[in-house]
Amino acid sequence: MSADLTELYQQVILDHNRRPRNRGKLPTANRVAHGDNPTCGDQCSVYLRVVPDAPTTSDQPARIAEISFDGSGCAISQASASLMTTQVKGKTAEEVAALYKDFHHIVTTGQATEEISDLAAFAGVHAFPARIKCATLGWHATIEALKSDPLATPTTTETHLD
Amino acid sequence: MLDLQKIRADFPILHQQVNGKPLVYLDNGATSQKPRAVIDALVRYYERDNSNVHRGLHALSMRATDAYEGARARVAKFIHAADPAEIIFTRGTTESINLVARSWGHAHLKPGDVVLTTEIEHHSNLVPWQQAARASGATLKYVPVLGADAEGGLDLAALDTLLTPQVKLFAFTHISNTLGTVNPIAELCRRARAVGAVTVIDAAQSIGHAPFDVQSLGADFVAFSGHKMCGPTGIGVLYGRRALLDKLAPDETGGGMVSNVTYEGARWKPAPERFEAGTPNVADAIALGVACDYLDTVGRDKIAAHDAVLAQLAMEKLSTLPGIRLIGPRPGAERSGLVSFSFAEVHAHDIVTFADEDGLALRGGHHCNQPLMRKLGLTGTTRASFYLYNTEEEIDLLVASLRRTLKFFVGS
Repeated sequence: MSADLTELYQQVILDHNRRPRNRGKLPTANRVAHGDNPTCGDQCSVYLRVVPDAPTTSDQPARIAEISFDGSGCAISQASASLMTTQVKGKTAEEVAALYKDFHHIVTTGQATEEISDLAAFAGVHAFPARIKCATLGWHATIEALKSDPLATPTTTETHLD
Repeated sequence: MLDLQKIRADFPILHQQVNGKPLVYLDNGATSQKPRAVIDALVRYYERDNSNVHRGLHALSMRATDAYEGARARVAKFIHAADPAEIIFTRGTTESINLVARSWGHAHLKPGDVVLTTEIEHHSNLVPWQQAARASGATLKYVPVLGADAEGGLDLAALDTLLTPQVKLFAFTHISNTLGTVNPIAELCRRARAVGAVTVIDAAQSIGHAPFDVQSLGADFVAFSGHKMCGPTGIGVLYGRRALLDKLAPDETGGGMVSNVTYEGARWKPAPERFEAGTPNVADAIALGVACDYLDTVGRDKIAAHDAVLAQLAMEKLSTLPGIRLIGPRPGAERSGLVSFSFAEVHAHDIVTFADEDGLALRGGHHCNQPLMRKLGLTGTTRASFYLYNTEEEIDLLVASLRRTLKFFVGS
């Protein structure tokens, strides 16, 4: 196995692929978004419970209280979505956007700063440009879910972005 | 038997290393490689003859026009069409099918009509019919595929109830790009004719792999691409029976397809020019003619036999891998030169990435066949598709690569 491939399929990634965290529908979700990777058919739905649900004020921005994901795809896309759910809980839309910017930097350049922790496991993706979309699929769905309108009844409708 | 050493020498691209390993190109269902003769034809045209066609009276324009129309006659001969005017050059299979769906569909489909297709079509022979049905108020119906792994082929018994006089058009593929299923197109054409339905055959996967005779089939429309039959990208063909083309309105209008234009209106040229608005893809059409020459020199019957040997060998060897799910016709049953499979524990994308490290070009995903994938309970498959330059040794390399990948992900 080449060094690039070993770098791509890190132990952290294989672990999240085998034992995904926060997988399944979230019954209490008030935001949902769905991402498709049309070239390979990978799918990822992200369910969020955002608190507070009402329009936010500057001193109390909405945060992700709970998150789950569902879908099917390659090891990279599933592991990335799984790891992402563990990293964005408790964060505001702004904080998620900042974290995604770091993550995007990692997967496109292979360079990670120290404090990024587990996300750095995805540095190996940069050597496989065709796989960047796999790694970012769950992140895009989360960002879209944060932008989406609140659900009338939790998790009864989905926003299709394709 | 094919002289593989000689054939492989004709394809410059095959002689390279990918990720430090000799290239094993098994993605011919997506696009085939090009022999030196086709590449040379493109260079020769641009270096010597490049000019616009049907317009100029100068030497270069006449040379280009002769070569372009010569290519049309060559393609007509390739599929045994009665008349070169039945060959319309398009960008490819997709544009060819869209042309029929829009032009023929607009003129003939109305509410209450049925458009019939099958469950195993590529999106290119499915979405245009959804659009045509939507625009006309016609109903779109599908001939089911049989078996949990789609191993049983089309449900021909269901055709009895589906092929009613309400069916105005029946569109079906010759060879499934996902399953390797070879449809009985002669029978499908015959049965469609019996109810007065027009037939559209998607021959993208078959045209460069086996002999094809539009007249003996009695096909009305046949669509295919140049790039899957050793020709260039960006050129394809719509064959239409002359009697149908003569009555068909153009889809695109503009220069080159009109015989007389006034400020009030325009008169169309006859087929095929009526359907080729604007400057056509001259260079690639000429090179497609050369691809026809190449394939006929090798012999499409020999290519078909070679494809079949490789596919059966691959099915046999793949079936020894733990946990493999083989899609399409069972080992030993008739199939085209491709195999499609999945593993519960390893996604197709991961397999393809690992194979790439071993120099193998495979395809992983839904193969533009999402409704079929859903029906089979799959998100995608891995596909290896063969052509005239592939060898039995390459199948061993495929199986060895898959074993390594399985060992990494599953440990067995």
